[in-house]
Amino acid sequence: MVPVEYYVGLSAILFTLGVVGVLTRRNAIIIFMSIELMLNSANLLFVAFARTFEALNGQIFVFFVMTVAAAEVAVGLALIVAVFRSKSSINIDDVNSLRG
Amino acid sequence: MTPDLIVFLALGLVAVGAAVGMLLSRNAVYSALFLILNFATMAVFYLVLGAPFIAMVQVTVYAGAIMVLFLFVIMLLGAEHLERHTSVDWQKPVAVLLGLGLLGMVGYLLVSGQVTLGTITTPEQGYGSPLEIGRALFTEYLLPFEITSVLLLAAMVGAIVITRRDAPNRKKR
Repeated sequence: MVPVEYYVGLSAILFTLGVVGVLTRRNAIIIFMSIELMLNSANLLFVAFARTFEALNGQIFVFFVMTVAAAEVAVGLALIVAVFRSKSSINIDDVNSLRG
Repeated sequence: MTPDLIVFLALGLVAVGAAVGMLLSRNAVYSALFLILNFATMAVFYLVLGAPFIAMVQVTVYAGAIMVLFLFVIMLLGAEHLERHTSVDWQKPVAVLLGLGLLGMVGYLLVSGQVTLGTITTPEQGYGSPLEIGRALFTEYLLPFEITSVLLLAAMVGAIVITRRDAPNRKKR
């Protein structure tokens, strides 16, 4: 089998790509997708370690992470839609004041 | 080179390539499609790692429901090409540099061998099957599982309240 270090490396690469996406892109939806990418890299690590230690807890946690991600996406996209209505833009540089 | 390693490398290449494509494509719809490809390869990884239930949830919930929601919002807002200027133009190189630093730290820890992680062995029969997951969810993790439903309800109500246009009948009587 593949040693678990390889999975840690792949997960680190994907997480880094997500971080770079959050920091460089200006489109709020793409930033959101980068966050999903980071959540997924963490999930991959959970499953890999669950397999390493022959414990199911890791997979259960992935299940909960996915639930939280689904809730987060619903609320986050609603926020993006609300921001777009008031600013007619989802460029995060345009969203720099607390007034609606 | 064992077949396992070949599968890992091929899938890893596709996953990283899809993530890079998501970051670099100018059109948000292409980004979403690249991310779906990434999630699909993740699902195959989960299958390889002996987690068929998680792989199924990954395909139906992530690649199915969540990404369809993303595509809906992108197309509803017409937000495919919203990248214009950035107010801080030194941000990109600094971000890439910091990202490489993060990767370098994890890579150093892995390569230097200071941490010894386990090895992946063949799981016993039925490991990670929907039966096992369901048994764990409804016995050991029953309370968190029930709290999840409250969380989803709150998210649903929140999404509806946030996107509702100004309340029509909130005027003073």
